[in-house]
Amino acid sequence: MSYNFRFSALLPYTDEIVRGVVLTLQLSVITMSIGLVIGLFVALARTGSIPVLRGAATTYVEAIRNTPLLVQLLIVFFGLPHLGIRFDANTAAVVALSINLGAYCGEILRAGLQSIRTSQVEAGRSLGLTAGQTFRHVVLFQAVKAVYPALTSQFVLLLLATSVVSAIGATELFSEASFIDSRTYRSFETYSLITAAYLVLTLTFRALFAVVWQLVFVRRSRSR
Amino acid sequence: MPLVEVSDIHKSFGVVEVLKGISLTVDKGEIVAVIGRSGSGKSTMLRCLNGLEKVQAGRIVVAGTEVTSPDADLNRLRQQAGMVFQSYNLFPHLSVERNITLALTLVRKMKLPAAREIAKEMVARVGLADKLGAYPDELSGGQQQRVAIARSLAMQPTLMLFDEITSALDPELVGEVLRVLEGVAKDGMTMMLVTHEMNFAKNVADRVIFMHEGRIHEDGPARQTLVEPRTAELRSFLSAVLH
Amino acid sequence: MIREFGPNDIVYLLEAARWTVALALIAAVGGGILGVIVAVLRIVPFKPANWLAIGFINLIQGTPLLGQLFVFFFGLPLFHVVVDPWVAAALSLSIYASAFLGEIWRGSLQSVSPRQWEAGASLGLPYHQRLLHVILPQAIRIAVPPTVGFLVQLVKDTSLTALIGFVELTRESQILSNSTYAPLQVYGVAALIYFVICFALTRLSQRLERTPHAAR
Repeated sequence: MSYNFRFSALLPYTDEIVRGVVLTLQLSVITMSIGLVIGLFVALARTGSIPVLRGAATTYVEAIRNTPLLVQLLIVFFGLPHLGIRFDANTAAVVALSINLGAYCGEILRAGLQSIRTSQVEAGRSLGLTAGQTFRHVVLFQAVKAVYPALTSQFVLLLLATSVVSAIGATELFSEASFIDSRTYRSFETYSLITAAYLVLTLTFRALFAVVWQLVFVRRSRSR
Repeated sequence: MPLVEVSDIHKSFGVVEVLKGISLTVDKGEIVAVIGRSGSGKSTMLRCLNGLEKVQAGRIVVAGTEVTSPDADLNRLRQQAGMVFQSYNLFPHLSVERNITLALTLVRKMKLPAAREIAKEMVARVGLADKLGAYPDELSGGQQQRVAIARSLAMQPTLMLFDEITSALDPELVGEVLRVLEGVAKDGMTMMLVTHEMNFAKNVADRVIFMHEGRIHEDGPARQTLVEPRTAELRSFLSAVLH
Repeated sequence: MIREFGPNDIVYLLEAARWTVALALIAAVGGGILGVIVAVLRIVPFKPANWLAIGFINLIQGTPLLGQLFVFFFGLPLFHVVVDPWVAAALSLSIYASAFLGEIWRGSLQSVSPRQWEAGASLGLPYHQRLLHVILPQAIRIAVPPTVGFLVQLVKDTSLTALIGFVELTRESQILSNSTYAPLQVYGVAALIYFVICFALTRLSQRLERTPHAAR
């Protein structure tokens, strides 16, 4: 093979990579927060008794889940300005990712809401707890435990999905790759390294989430 | 020659020794009830007999096959020694008829029409002639267990092992399964049953084996052993299960 | 060169959608074949094989597909493989799909109760017949809905190949959007085409989930 791999050519760009990691984390955390709020409304609407809201929420979820994130992103960034709604690339990224994530979080939270058995509520109430106390001490813990695995893996998926926003020129880890690539002409090395950086991120978060699961949920249910 | 010969078997799961030297023989036509507290090793002992569990020491011979030999033909042995489980373990994707004919056609190499005749005969024997086309999830627990017995019987084993087959059933469904077992017993089948049904053990079994902490603690004629237990352990066990 | 968005453009988009479907099919078949290997390596009683499979799954599921596409796109030429977005896309998506399909299938296989193995054994069925007649039919029923569900994911994921220049539905939309300057209509129609394909698959997956007599 004639090609000389030179990962050392990327060394001067450590700062860019670190900045990319920070930006990706920021983007992920902001989007996850907004996505959760949207998701909560979606879940309540879908489990609620108002047909119009239920229909609207279902349409939203199906529309998002059955179209690619990239196309959603292109609609937000290039399409919406034609309706007079204009965002810069970074804002468009947050908007598109949040709308996308809201649908997935909505489904996860809906499953969580439906997993709470009425018998648990009845048991709490029959012990004389108020509705608020029942929610806080009986329902909440079980509900959070029910949605935790799905929500955390959704976060890891989001971390990976944010790379797509480089397509509209939003700044995050993957867009740093094209910058470094344009300076070094070491495309293979650059994209390998950036891809590996995502691997480190996802493995770290998976480990972190697993530790929290052990500490918060496994121990507590065993000690009872 | 006895049908089952067990000599000094030892079995551990990790550091826990479950069987601490079991020896017994069962003659052809004998009906043996194995009783004891949960954790006494009775189910494990039964599962060792058809090779579902491997022993660490000792020797087991069932129907002429040395189960403990490393080159034992376990598939042939298991056709001789049928087993029925606590949780029925019917194949959920197959009809009652196919549950019964599967091993007949695959293992016994029988033609399907002949196997279906046997299936028909067997479900009639357990009182479920009308359920031949049903699927397991359309049957009650008691009915599923009767099909499991029929499935095992169809292989014409020389020995049948029953592992707590009524323990998972609602009380009102236990009777129908025990009646089927009585029928099988009357036909002269050699049977070993791990059971908690003391009345059934007393009335149907010839012999009772009481296991305690991985050993055989008492072994004798069913009625006598259960009515006049010799050891304090069996006495306390019986008073606990009979209230 | 700016022109109106018209019915012709919809035809262009539909034609491009054929490549989306073709790519998804190739990835599904290629990923399926590799996925069987991944699942087998993951469950055979041989530790190094298990580690290899787990490492591969973590690598693929822990990195962005976009990154994998670029690595293949820029990496293949180094091994003297022709730089064709088609090849890079098909290969990369197949490998990506294999990690997910392999895990789905392993999970399905292992979710069949060990008691079913025992029941088969107790009737004297030899190992291969237990696998073929008792375990696999049940595992396949369990596996079909999530497998179809993953195909939805795969169809959507083909859109990323637009970014390495493979002309499928999304790339064609970008091209038409630039020439018609009607991004809302172009991307809207593209989204609708994706929706029709994916929603049909989603519904199929939901229908298959209600198969009777499945393992419990």
